[in-house]
Amino acid sequence: MAANPMTQFDVYRIGPEIKLGALDISFTNASLFMIISTVAILIIFNLGSKKNSLLPNKIQLLAELSYTFVSKMISDTAGSKAKPYFAFIFSLFMFVLFCNMFGMIPYTFTVTSHIIVTFVLASFIFIGVTVIGFIKHGFGYLKLFVPSGVPAVLLPLIVVIEIISYLSRPVSLSVRLFANMMAGHTMMKVFGGFVISLGIVGGWLPLSFSVALTGLEILVAFLQAYVFAILTCIYLNDALNLHH
Amino acid sequence: MIKKIYFQSIFFSFLFCVEAFAAESGGMPQLNPEFWISQIFWLTLTFGVLYVVLSKLILPKISNNLESRKSQILENIEAAEKQREDSEKKLKEYEEIISKSKLEAKNIFNHAREKALKDINAKREVLDGQIDEEISKAEQEISTLRESAPDKINTIAIETSSELIQKLIGADVNNSSISAIVDDLSKRNGDKYYGN
Repeated sequence: MAANPMTQFDVYRIGPEIKLGALDISFTNASLFMIISTVAILIIFNLGSKKNSLLPNKIQLLAELSYTFVSKMISDTAGSKAKPYFAFIFSLFMFVLFCNMFGMIPYTFTVTSHIIVTFVLASFIFIGVTVIGFIKHGFGYLKLFVPSGVPAVLLPLIVVIEIISYLSRPVSLSVRLFANMMAGHTMMKVFGGFVISLGIVGGWLPLSFSVALTGLEILVAFLQAYVFAILTCIYLNDALNLHH
Repeated sequence: MIKKIYFQSIFFSFLFCVEAFAAESGGMPQLNPEFWISQIFWLTLTFGVLYVVLSKLILPKISNNLESRKSQILENIEAAEKQREDSEKKLKEYEEIISKSKLEAKNIFNHAREKALKDINAKREVLDGQIDEEISKAEQEISTLRESAPDKINTIAIETSSELIQKLIGADVNNSSISAIVDDLSKRNGDKYYGN
């Protein structure tokens, strides 16, 4: 591996170049890890839902615990109205979690460390939430930008701020995940490089750092998936229950 | 809200820092648009497949499993509750039977006791009557004996004293004079001898 800590984020083509019209949709290492994550999720949850035993086995327990975890998260933040969107938020949470976690295995590629991936996910959410809001409330959804109980003098300013904060949601959502993933992986790579360059004498300190960072990064991987999902729930809550 | 904006501004500044860093080190792979379309395509494809399969096939099954487990547990709890009530009822019945039979046993015991007491009293009365009769008979005999005793003693005393006098002085003594003396003595000392 190269000394540059950014080379781990390189996307390269696997197999031949595939073109759809003028667009390059070649199969890359990023596509590979998206497929691996998807297949892993599907296998685990398929195994976990196959048998309906009264006393669940380990994999069934895992599937059911994740189900109740996400379902509780949604009902806590967005209420019972958000039930139809459960499957979307569940897939979102699982996809981000598995991509993050697969990224923690050495020599793998972290799908979520790419701004385009997280931005597309965040845009899905942003567009979806906006459409849901307008379908549910019509133009009344624009009241979201006019918080109640604000003095009339401040209102123009507040409305502008609200609109900016609303429009920056997809950016903040995507950058949060992307930056966390990238920063963590870069840091681990840098410490790994220190281990090599300091050798057998001085390498132990960065190695111990690296071990600690691995633990931290696993925590971050889970936490960022959770934050991503819970922010989606909060945005959905804004769209479903319009009160500020 | 201000907090939110503050955090967002931090993230924006971080993004700019990253860009500056990328510009210095000759480019971040993330900002190279060469494979963006490919990534968007594959992301949409994989996430779409994931969403469809999870929402149509897997999640309904899991929710079904959870529901059926919940309902089964509820049913079991209900059945257990019912059985508990049944057993409580049976326990009450059993206790009633026990207390009833205890009462009966007490009654029977009391009856038997009364009967036995009555028998004993009747027998005792009969026996008491017999005993009283015998006692009164014996007392009568005793009193007749006692009544006749001083006369007999007097005759015996007269006879023995006349015989004694005959033997001692060899002369016949008039029986009537002896009897007068004996009578006089017995009258004087009767109290001492008979304890009357």
